[in-house]
Amino acid sequence: MKFKKTLMATSALTVAAGAAFAASHSDMADSMTIVSWGGAYQSSQQKAYSEPYVAMHPEVSVTWDESSAEAVAKLRAMNEAGNITWDLVDVVAADAIRLCDEGLAMEYDPEELLAAGDDGSSAEDDFGDLIVSDCYIPQIVYSTTFGYRTDMVPEGVDAPSQICDVFDLEKYPGKRSLEKRPINNMEWALLCDGVAKEDVYDVLETAEGQDQALAKLGTIKDEVIWWSAGADTPQLLADGEIFMGSTYNGRLYSVIVEQNQPVGMMWDAQVFDLDGWIIPTGLPADRLARVQDFVKFATDTQRLADQAKYISYGPARASSAPLVPEDMKQHMPTDPANAGNTFLYNYSFWADYRDDIDAKFQSWLAK
Amino acid sequence: MAKLILTDIKKQPLSFTLPVVAAAGAFAGLFIGTAQGSGLLGIVIGALLMAGLAYAALELLDRSQEKMVRYGIAALFLVAGFLLGGLPGLVVGGLFGWFFGWFVYWVGEGRYRAKLPPYLTAGQVLWHYAFRVICGAIFVFLITPIIVVMPLSFNAENFFTFTPEMLRFDPAGYSLKHYRDFFTSNEWQSALRNSLLIAPAATILSVTFGTLAAIGLSQPHVPFRRAIMAILISPMIVPLIISAAGMYFFYSRVGLQGTYLGVVLAHAALGIPFVIITVTATLVGFDRSLTRAAANMGANPVTTFFRVQMPLILPGVISGGLFAFITSFDEVVVVLFVGSANQQTLPWQMFTGLREQISPTILAVATILVAVSICLLTVVEILRRRSERLRGLSPG
Repeated sequence: MKFKKTLMATSALTVAAGAAFAASHSDMADSMTIVSWGGAYQSSQQKAYSEPYVAMHPEVSVTWDESSAEAVAKLRAMNEAGNITWDLVDVVAADAIRLCDEGLAMEYDPEELLAAGDDGSSAEDDFGDLIVSDCYIPQIVYSTTFGYRTDMVPEGVDAPSQICDVFDLEKYPGKRSLEKRPINNMEWALLCDGVAKEDVYDVLETAEGQDQALAKLGTIKDEVIWWSAGADTPQLLADGEIFMGSTYNGRLYSVIVEQNQPVGMMWDAQVFDLDGWIIPTGLPADRLARVQDFVKFATDTQRLADQAKYISYGPARASSAPLVPEDMKQHMPTDPANAGNTFLYNYSFWADYRDDIDAKFQSWLAK
Repeated sequence: MAKLILTDIKKQPLSFTLPVVAAAGAFAGLFIGTAQGSGLLGIVIGALLMAGLAYAALELLDRSQEKMVRYGIAALFLVAGFLLGGLPGLVVGGLFGWFFGWFVYWVGEGRYRAKLPPYLTAGQVLWHYAFRVICGAIFVFLITPIIVVMPLSFNAENFFTFTPEMLRFDPAGYSLKHYRDFFTSNEWQSALRNSLLIAPAATILSVTFGTLAAIGLSQPHVPFRRAIMAILISPMIVPLIISAAGMYFFYSRVGLQGTYLGVVLAHAALGIPFVIITVTATLVGFDRSLTRAAANMGANPVTTFFRVQMPLILPGVISGGLFAFITSFDEVVVVLFVGSANQQTLPWQMFTGLREQISPTILAVATILVAVSICLLTVVEILRRRSERLRGLSPG
């Protein structure tokens, strides 16, 4: 009898406690599915953002889905099926712009959603121009640039340091790897075919300009291995299959610093791009509240600077830059020593011309 | 074992021996030459070297010195291999030398003819050996990609590369770190758990439904048998991506998308055709009068099924189940659609791992999976032989 009473009392207590607990958190869901790219990049996000967040909110469980590469297609399908299973999606800026145009990503107000900078600047000023779309919450600046095998540099020749060295087969013989798409390659080709940097996109708008770029790429086509996944060029460099190749600067950082491969960086004419979050439209209120809470935390000045401890991508907030550890600064694409000659991915140009130039590029590849 | 000689052998003329041996040398030279930078040069050197060796061995030296000559050729290749490629070159060179030493005498002395009937024409003899070489080549092409993966999985580097240390057989070039990574990483362990949870559940469902369907469809009185059969088999014929997209939209609406149950049901649907096909095949040999006899003796249909029919069609059920298990265990397309990150299975994890970071952990997992499948197949084969022996079907 006594036992039963105790049991009832405890269960009543449990229920009460549970109710109180539920009441205080009823406005926020306890689980989140975050979509990212996997690999070193995702683990830097886990260490800098989600692990400290879960330490502060132990009731939250975070699931990571490595599906950013097919995020656009999957979000479309989820929207069609009326079943949004993702809470926060990491995409590059171009995808974010597309998702925003299609209404699949939620527009947000930076002042409301994002924390102000540690230096007192408003969120909007702190991110500045990098908020390239009303739906896009930038995290990092990365660049696409070249790495080369230091032990394959011909004798008596300086190591390659200019973008045009990629097109110079006489001075630097050997295989190169380039991404299997026109973006970046066309710009580099024109730049090395005597087109001034500020005229590149004006020339690329015209059919003759596109042919000119393809003709320049044609001079090295036989020596090119085309890549499609970010891991390809590091693998080819490590194998010694290629002499130089383009890839994301963080991948090269890991090849050079973490894997100790004989590889050097060429920062000339690196192309900046952004990576950041979008929140899918159509989330239920409790999940949306949880995601907004997480995003506010994960994009504050300190967290963005923390991520740079684990991977060599520059934080998107101006106020985070001074907090980046000294030994990482030299590997940042945004470091003044590396950023002598840079491009910013031209989102509006490629949004308008991508389909046409893509088709032209693919048929040129097949020739 | 007694040496069986069907045809007397005689020494072949040099006009036959030298071109054949030279051709073999050219073929081997092509590979070695390509590895050294010039395939053409390799062909020429290989052909000349082998023709020269064959001439020396068969014409200049006496037959009684065969053993010595063969050791000499092996030693020559051993040294050449070592000079070209270090320790691994030594091993490969030794194998080449041993083979060519044997090959020169095998062709030159006409020994290839010994075990074939005397009435065969030259063309038939050629085909006899060409057939074996083709079979061997097919086998090599099937097996090599699997074999290559294994040493790479012990790589100390984080790349799919045979490092110079590995090629020198330096222990520092090898490590178990990718295996450690597999057994300690949360993602791989949860993927393994998911696979081990989903595949058996899907197998049980497929075997149950597939066996019942096969038995039902083998009854002559069932209407529309062919149409029903075609529908049940369709997951095997329809491109996977189409079934996957269809399942995705349907499961999303009924709330099964992103659940374990959803993935299990989807995989069961993919496995059912395999069970139906194998069980239907065994039912062809099943004698229906046995079930009538059982019924005649008072057994109800359920008892008849479990006591009479099931033991007889068990081999078909088991192999169907094995196929269903492997289908689920290997499947990546459907789970990408129907599952969510919580149901990430091993193939899914391997797929994303391969695309985003080429890490040899994938090779370690592949090696483990190959080892497991070899064990499974061996066990199945041993059990099969044992049951055949017990039934007295096979003399062994």
